[in-house]
Amino acid sequence: MADTSQNAAQPEDTSRRDFLNIAATATTAVGGACFAWPLIDSMNPSADVLALASTEVNIDGIEEGQAITLKWRGKPVFIRHRTAAEIEEAEAVDVATLIDPQTDAERVQKPKWLVMIGVCTHLGCVPLGQKDGEPKGDFGGWFCPCHGSHYDTSGRIRKGPAPINLVVPEYSFTSDSVIKVG
Amino acid sequence: MSGAPAPEFKNPVVRWIDVRLPVFTYIHNEYTGFPVPKNLNYFWSFGGMAMIALIGMIVSGIILAMQYTPHVDYAFESVERIMRDVNYGWLIRYIHMNGASMFFIVVYIHIFRGMYFGSYKQPREIIWILGVIIFLLMMGTAFMGYVLPWGQMSFWGATVITNLFSAIPVVGDFIVTLLWGGFSVDNPTLNRFFALHYLLPFVILGLVILHIIAMHIAGSNNPDGIDPKGPQDTVMFHPYMTAKDLTAIVVFVLAWAFFVFYAPNYMGHPDNYIPANPLSTPAHIVPEWYFLPFYAILRAFTEDSFLYIPISWLMDAKLAGVLAMFASIALLAVLPWLDTSKVRSCRYRPVYKWLVIVFTIDVLFLGYLGGKPAEGWYVTASYWATFWYFLHLLVLTPVVGWFERPKPLPASISKPVLDAAE
Repeated sequence: MADTSQNAAQPEDTSRRDFLNIAATATTAVGGACFAWPLIDSMNPSADVLALASTEVNIDGIEEGQAITLKWRGKPVFIRHRTAAEIEEAEAVDVATLIDPQTDAERVQKPKWLVMIGVCTHLGCVPLGQKDGEPKGDFGGWFCPCHGSHYDTSGRIRKGPAPINLVVPEYSFTSDSVIKVG
Repeated sequence: MSGAPAPEFKNPVVRWIDVRLPVFTYIHNEYTGFPVPKNLNYFWSFGGMAMIALIGMIVSGIILAMQYTPHVDYAFESVERIMRDVNYGWLIRYIHMNGASMFFIVVYIHIFRGMYFGSYKQPREIIWILGVIIFLLMMGTAFMGYVLPWGQMSFWGATVITNLFSAIPVVGDFIVTLLWGGFSVDNPTLNRFFALHYLLPFVILGLVILHIIAMHIAGSNNPDGIDPKGPQDTVMFHPYMTAKDLTAIVVFVLAWAFFVFYAPNYMGHPDNYIPANPLSTPAHIVPEWYFLPFYAILRAFTEDSFLYIPISWLMDAKLAGVLAMFASIALLAVLPWLDTSKVRSCRYRPVYKWLVIVFTIDVLFLGYLGGKPAEGWYVTASYWATFWYFLHLLVLTPVVGWFERPKPLPASISKPVLDAAE
């Protein structure tokens, strides 16, 4: 019993105790982090959510000047059959004057078909302008009613709080009349 | 603070328990025999009212959770079922719905009381900081609760608010996906919001207990902002304050009942009775009224705002707005250090008194602007009102503390009363 009293503590004992302290603390920290990550990652998109990652749409019935909205990953996707005037307007813009500079050609695969995620890049509202009679903003494209962002006929941000252009998703033409989004 | 002498319990069972677990001694020391300044006015009853609101929300919320289904296909219908089919479901839901608004009303007045009478100053800084944290958690809880009925405002409110985090550089999008559990606000989002909406009120309750424990160390502040000099300046919490607070609570509960029975949807938004539609944003989305001042600050940072132009080289307007909104609350937490005056109560601060009143009007005005569309003069006005909000906290509060000549403080809490009687 005398050995365990404080007086009997030798320098070797102290360093052993320090080692135990450091080792236990380090193990706890690493173990805690290892345990925390699965809990955090479980909140990320699950396998079944990721599985719904692509969708196909037939664009035969969309007349020039018309647009459709489809749902992809829970978000609206705008597909617009642009008129010649709209394409011309989009291409004529001086890129240097834009908030998020991008040419029209960088945003489309075929100039007639503009495919974009219909979510305002400011805070996620769906901009108006898909249907006839809806406001299209000052630049003839889309207008977000939440905080007043104006997009042009190429879906580029021209005025308002949104920081970047409407996002173009990954998509491909599987044939002349079918678009696969995702 | 020294209370009444240690209690002698007559009941042997109470005595037996108290020796082993001194809850009765604790209740005696902290409540029955707890001295409070005798000049407290009704502003000091709002903490008690907030406590009643919190308890009312927890009780009605637990009952509602027994009937509610947190799934995108059933949430809206389960709420309608509560309204139509569940016995007294309409009553319990309206109590809960309006309870959120009532809770915020009394907490806002409670915060105003703290600001006007300097309750945040030394030695009560931690009480005040705990209060700011409680306020933040209340906002988070209220926001997630509003999402649960899965109406149009629920869905689009959730979308806009979670998107605020996308403004954070580099990790923003990762955080938003993590919050959503998907690529948009959807079923996983609704599920986790329900889990957190159930959890957070109990966290708030824990913090409220800490808030009260810390308050019992320093004791209550009072309208004169000076410390009690002795027993002649105080009264016992019970029966004086219990009677007074209960009176205030009865009036508060009557006001709550008025909304529940006569205007249950007055403070809500009709669009939330339309089921959520991810493909169509309502024309005019607004948060609940208690968020409007902060929403106005968020919107005051646009490309052409004079508030944003000086910092435009540093960040985009969206991030600036988000940071300003969070800063508007975070700055409140450091108010004890922003205020350089040693005098607590605005009764003795002839300049700052008016600044606090103007600040209160400014916050109310921001609330009005936050409910209006972002167009016309509303936009310009919200720039200036936001400017004043930060000017008040960051410049006027410290500077006035240095230059203001306060009125002479009374010698004791009893003095002004006795003088008036002569």
